Amino acid sequence: MSAIEIVLWVAVPYVSIIAFIAGHIWRYRYDKFGWTTRSSQTYENTLLRWGSPMFHLGILMVLAGHVVGLFIPREWLYAIGITEEMYHWGATVMGSFAAVLTLAGLAILIYRRRTVGPVFLATTVMDKVMYVFLALTLGFGTLATVVHQVFGSGFQYRETISPWLRSIFGFQPQPELMANVPILFELHVLSALALFALWPFTRLVHVFSAPVGYLFRPYVVYRSRDDVQGTRAPKRGWDPISTPDPQRLRRP
Amino acid sequence: MKVMAQISMVMNLDKCIGCHTCSVTCKQAWTNRTGVEYVWFNNVETRPGVGYPRTYEDQEKWRGGWKRTKRGNLKLKDGGRLWKLAHIFSNPKLPEIHDYYEPWTYDYDMLLNAPAGDQIPVAKPRSLLTGEDTKISWSANWDDNLGGSLETMQDDPILQKMSESVEAEFSKAFMFYLPRICEHCLNPSCVASCPSGAMYKRAEDGIVLVDQDQCRGWRMCVSGCPYKKVYFNHRTGKAEKCTMCYPRIEVGLPTVCAETCVGRLRYIGLVLYDADLVAEAASVEDEHALLAAQRSILLDPNDPAVIEQARKDGIQEDWIDAAQRSPIWKLIQQYEVALPLHPEYRTMPMVWYIPPLSPVVDVISGSGADGEDARTLFAAIEKLRIPIAYLAEMFSAGDPDPVDLALRRMAAMRSYMRGVNLDGEGDERIARAVGMPGEDLQEMYRLLAIAKYEERYVIPSAHAEQAHDLEEMGCSLDFEDGPGMGGAGPFGSSSGQSVPVAVENFQSLEARQTADRPSSPGRVNLLNWDGNGTPRGLFPPKDKDVPQGDMGPVQSTGKRNKGKDV
Repeated sequence: MSAIEIVLWVAVPYVSIIAFIAGHIWRYRYDKFGWTTRSSQTYENTLLRWGSPMFHLGILMVLAGHVVGLFIPREWLYAIGITEEMYHWGATVMGSFAAVLTLAGLAILIYRRRTVGPVFLATTVMDKVMYVFLALTLGFGTLATVVHQVFGSGFQYRETISPWLRSIFGFQPQPELMANVPILFELHVLSALALFALWPFTRLVHVFSAPVGYLFRPYVVYRSRDDVQGTRAPKRGWDPISTPDPQRLRRP
Repeated sequence: MKVMAQISMVMNLDKCIGCHTCSVTCKQAWTNRTGVEYVWFNNVETRPGVGYPRTYEDQEKWRGGWKRTKRGNLKLKDGGRLWKLAHIFSNPKLPEIHDYYEPWTYDYDMLLNAPAGDQIPVAKPRSLLTGEDTKISWSANWDDNLGGSLETMQDDPILQKMSESVEAEFSKAFMFYLPRICEHCLNPSCVASCPSGAMYKRAEDGIVLVDQDQCRGWRMCVSGCPYKKVYFNHRTGKAEKCTMCYPRIEVGLPTVCAETCVGRLRYIGLVLYDADLVAEAASVEDEHALLAAQRSILLDPNDPAVIEQARKDGIQEDWIDAAQRSPIWKLIQQYEVALPLHPEYRTMPMVWYIPPLSPVVDVISGSGADGEDARTLFAAIEKLRIPIAYLAEMFSAGDPDPVDLALRRMAAMRSYMRGVNLDGEGDERIARAVGMPGEDLQEMYRLLAIAKYEERYVIPSAHAEQAHDLEEMGCSLDFEDGPGMGGAGPFGSSSGQSVPVAVENFQSLEARQTADRPSSPGRVNLLNWDGNGTPRGLFPPKDKDVPQGDMGPVQSTGKRNKGKDV
């Protein structure tokens, strides 16, 4: 096994995981105020009304598929009667559907972000970097599925990638499992790892604010004044009003 | 019974001249920032008109507030919790920026830097969203004073409800101003809509606030509020709203809008209410009964049973005292001239309004009759059904009776006081006709016409006992000639541990300035001596038998601290 393989399939994943966890802790402690979806719906709703639900519902389906494919050993699924053929068929059909939904949503959202003036002006550098890696990850994943699962003979990632990923989380990394994985899957994994490392520093942190608690709390929230009195120095980054630079709207 | 206190406001619309001073001072204080250029925590609308944001009162369109289910429970009008979460990726009822208006500035730079030429340079309007040149087509008060409202007035949701084509006649006959802030509702639907639980009602004073660190920008509060008084900061991605100027309220000062009101038409005070009955009162079936239901949960602060329960529920004595002196309680419950804005939204709003009588008086005076004669006024109120119906749609869910009573009482007060001023005594028949003793009419007149600052704003300061103690607590090195020496720290003035940034800073400062004793016992620094008392060593002794100066412990004797020492 070469050094490059150890770097790619042992070092990089752990670096990514550490950046993901430590980054979130740091961001939460340092920048609670910036922890938001940064919604741009007030600027424009016609495109967002379609793009945003398509992307979000699609990506949630993708997430569920990955949890089943990566974290549940196939023997467990065999045990409850899901055979290899059933799994392969289901994963490919549902996965393709979710991919189409997600990519179409993302395309609408990126188009909107570039063409609607106020939305483009409200786009930060981190947003753009995040979009690159998000699109790469989704693109490679879809491409790998199309090439190998839909039109190819089917790649058994549950024999290779899934146990490798579980070995990472079990602190017994087995990089040799990744030796013969097709390049598209490898690129998908690597771009995803890069995205995870960037995650805490982008607006993607809002994923961890999914308001599940809303279903269980009473409607009206009371808080005591004394509870919320903190000693934290106000640090708001509130700027005086100034005109946005219209030059940013034009391509150089 | 669970007694809770609520800071609330009453605005006397009769006195509003639509000068927008409240809006401007509020904006300067709170929303003079990027991201909230379009936001007016306080705005003044001309009625009839479409309001800000446009047609916000049309709840069939915006779905704000609560609705009563068939089983008699309350449910958010826009849908339950699951519905809200299902629409979190794109909130279908969120107003777009153009429902408010596109904020703009002017290209002032052009005025200074334009090259010399034949034409005078012009500062073109620039959009604050795109930075491009823009055409101004709407604003927060575009139809001010009915300007251009023949174009838009038919969109006024209340006129549409009245189903009479009265617009043209209306604009000639009737116009008034409606200043609006957050209602700080007893049953706030914005708080109920917030998926993150970042919005809350303060248990002490009922002020509804957004925790900026916990808000995640889901935008459900904006659509949940039927008054559209929660705004989305499009730069920070967080909700912002009227704070009732809580930093001022906490130290006993009125809000900026009230302080700067030219007409002195705002009243601020406490009411005590029964928190256990809020849901029940908000879900009565008949919309016309909502006003009475809301009045019924406001508790009489002079009732011994209420006082006892209030003490048990942890309400301090000075707050009970303030509730007893509250102008709000008098206007809402004793004189019954104040009415809530849109009780049919079932949020139990706590900013109430005295409906305007002036338009009625204007109509009478315009026709040459005596605008202060009781019988003429009563007859006019009877006859001017359209304005009454309009006011009723705003203040009592369409029931004309409460508006009618409020206007009659205002009219009776006018006539009665004219009698007092011209004939030396009021006509008791006028008072009886509106079911109020003459003394009450006179008291009401006093409160509405000549009440001073302390009577219009009865605001008990917040209790932060611990912070207070910390601030006035002597440090152990604070003895005379010790290194602490009271006030100045070991490394010079204001060194050492930071003074807690407590609400009491303002008050202790005032107490010191108004006290009749020296502020720091034992030592006088001539640089900041406030001129009070006769500290030892400052003046040569006059009489050896009488000890000079009072070196006792510092006591708070300031006016606003009265309750503290109880």
